[in-house]
Amino acid sequence: MSETNTAPKPGGESDRATSGVEIRLENVTKQYGGQRHPAVDSVTMTIPAGETVVFVGPSGCGKTTTMKMINRLIEPTSGRITVGGQDVLRLNPDELRRGIGYAIQQVGLLPHLTVSQNVGLVPGLIGWDKSRIAERTEEMLDLVGLDPAEYRDRFPKQLSGGQQQRVGVARALAADPPVLLMDEPFGAVDPITRGNLQDELMRLQEEMGKTIVFVTHDFDEAVKLGDRIAVLGYQSKILQYDTPEAILANPADETVAGFVGAGAALKQLTLRRVRDIELEQLPTATAGEEPAAFAARLGGRRGAVGLVLDERGRPLRWVTRRDLDRSGSLATAGRPVEDSVDRASTLQDALEALLTADAGYAVVTRSRGQYAGVVGLDSLMGTIRALREQYEDEDGTPDGRPGDGPGGSDGGSGAAHA
Amino acid sequence: MPDTTTAERAGFSADSGSRRSERLRLFTEPVVVLAILGAVLVWAFTGDLDDIEAREINAANILTLTWQHVQITLAVTAIVLLVAIPLGILVTRPWAKGVAPIVLGIANMGQAAPALGLLVLFFLLTQQTGFWVAVIPIAFYALLPVLRNTMVGLQQVDQSLLEAGRGIGMSRFTVLRRIEFPLAVPLMLAGLRTSLVLAVGSATLAFFIGGGGLGELIDVGYKLRRTSVLVVGAVLSAALALLVDWLGGLAEQLLGPKGLR
Repeated sequence: MSETNTAPKPGGESDRATSGVEIRLENVTKQYGGQRHPAVDSVTMTIPAGETVVFVGPSGCGKTTTMKMINRLIEPTSGRITVGGQDVLRLNPDELRRGIGYAIQQVGLLPHLTVSQNVGLVPGLIGWDKSRIAERTEEMLDLVGLDPAEYRDRFPKQLSGGQQQRVGVARALAADPPVLLMDEPFGAVDPITRGNLQDELMRLQEEMGKTIVFVTHDFDEAVKLGDRIAVLGYQSKILQYDTPEAILANPADETVAGFVGAGAALKQLTLRRVRDIELEQLPTATAGEEPAAFAARLGGRRGAVGLVLDERGRPLRWVTRRDLDRSGSLATAGRPVEDSVDRASTLQDALEALLTADAGYAVVTRSRGQYAGVVGLDSLMGTIRALREQYEDEDGTPDGRPGDGPGGSDGGSGAAHA
Repeated sequence: MPDTTTAERAGFSADSGSRRSERLRLFTEPVVVLAILGAVLVWAFTGDLDDIEAREINAANILTLTWQHVQITLAVTAIVLLVAIPLGILVTRPWAKGVAPIVLGIANMGQAAPALGLLVLFFLLTQQTGFWVAVIPIAFYALLPVLRNTMVGLQQVDQSLLEAGRGIGMSRFTVLRRIEFPLAVPLMLAGLRTSLVLAVGSATLAFFIGGGGLGELIDVGYKLRRTSVLVVGAVLSAALALLVDWLGGLAEQLLGPKGLR
């Protein structure tokens, strides 16, 4: 079986610097001697330059084997792999690997070498001179958030798990390879450290634009890090290869749906930011105004909610018509605004704020805390509905109108039509 | 050291008890050994010596025999290092998996057979006497600890380190040279230390086939019933064994990779 999977380019990413190169796998198969079924069966896929592609699938499905064939730690039985147009099977494997960053779950720092010696390994193998290696090592430690002066001369066992993994990433990047292979690199650290390392990797990738192949069995990690996700099944069969948005909105089959797991809609909210949707506006008043005047503006509709702002435009209190009728001053009417989100927050954060503020809205503020608008439940539901419809349309399902619900007007919609 | 942790600064040591006692031993052992040796020598030299005793217990003879003993030990060590370490490396390569148990079996036999038996057998086989006829069987006898520790030392290196090494573009040989070998050094040194002690002990048997060494003093003292000669020979060879063991311990402390200590 052979399939061509070339997912459309995700939208909104084109402004990112790209130093990566394209990787192509063509009918790549790995058959171990003495086994009836191949471990990896005729995989064909294109990993676009400068993107993070996450291989996700159950353990034993062949995702790690597939990845290791790219740098020939495992030799493919048949098929063709090119990195930046070069056939890897024609290159010297050691030289090939020096040009591909490699980070693994066990980190694999050499315990008898210092942090800086570990980071400088690949530049040393390539033959950089000492001063250039030293300079690069400092730069890399800085990049991954470790103070060179403090950590340079430490040995690996004097570092925490998270710090070791940072050094591992620094080592993988030291020779500035266009391609980075990462095999469950954050699998062995605690959840908080893992979250930090993921954020860090995304920040680095924003600057570098490498081609990253990332293997994990954690779908949430895949959604967070991937520009695209390849959901792999048994023998590395590609069940779905698409953007996280598309997979969440429209899993290709039961298996993928099972892997996506419960809460797909909630996960979709983590992919959208407040700035991606249109904000709603509520009537506002400053704290010094007369309650009666504001009540008139709020109108008589039941459940109508307004916001009281302070003199610098920052949200202060939620008020309803009934609050205004009962209170003598806007400064004390209604309930205080306890939580707010900004434009960079995810829609999941907005939902959280919405659920805890009993007004039924999440307040969105600008950079100095001034009121910008609100997000209501309707906008959130509209966003999710739009996403679903958009990816159903792409499948040719003759269902519904084009995906242009409230707030669905930018962001991921580019992914479907680019 | 720049890497003192807060715990160490607060007066706690991360060292296990055995490592601390090992360090204590490194300081006290040579002092005690030299003191006992000095006392025995003073006792022997100042005693009333008859002709036979005087012929054996004199500076020239003792120094010659001790030097022969040291030479045998050095030669044995050199052979052990030159044979056991390369052999250990060879049989731990992935393609030599099948050979490893055979090689280890032969080395086990070498150590299981009595050293004296090996010496005599080798003498019968070669019909020769002298230094090398003594050195070769003793080396065979003392080979096992270094061989076995080299093999274990290389095998116990974490697979993920080898994979990381290969993954970042090291050749197989570079992985051996820069990862496996340095990480196996502590165990190799421990094996060497045991081999050295075996070598010093077995070297007392070299006199049987004309190889010289401190065994001659023990032999003369025993056969001619001269206790002082017997004691000097025995104490000297024991002291030599302890000092060699001490040197081995020192090497373990100083030559092991720093990041592992």
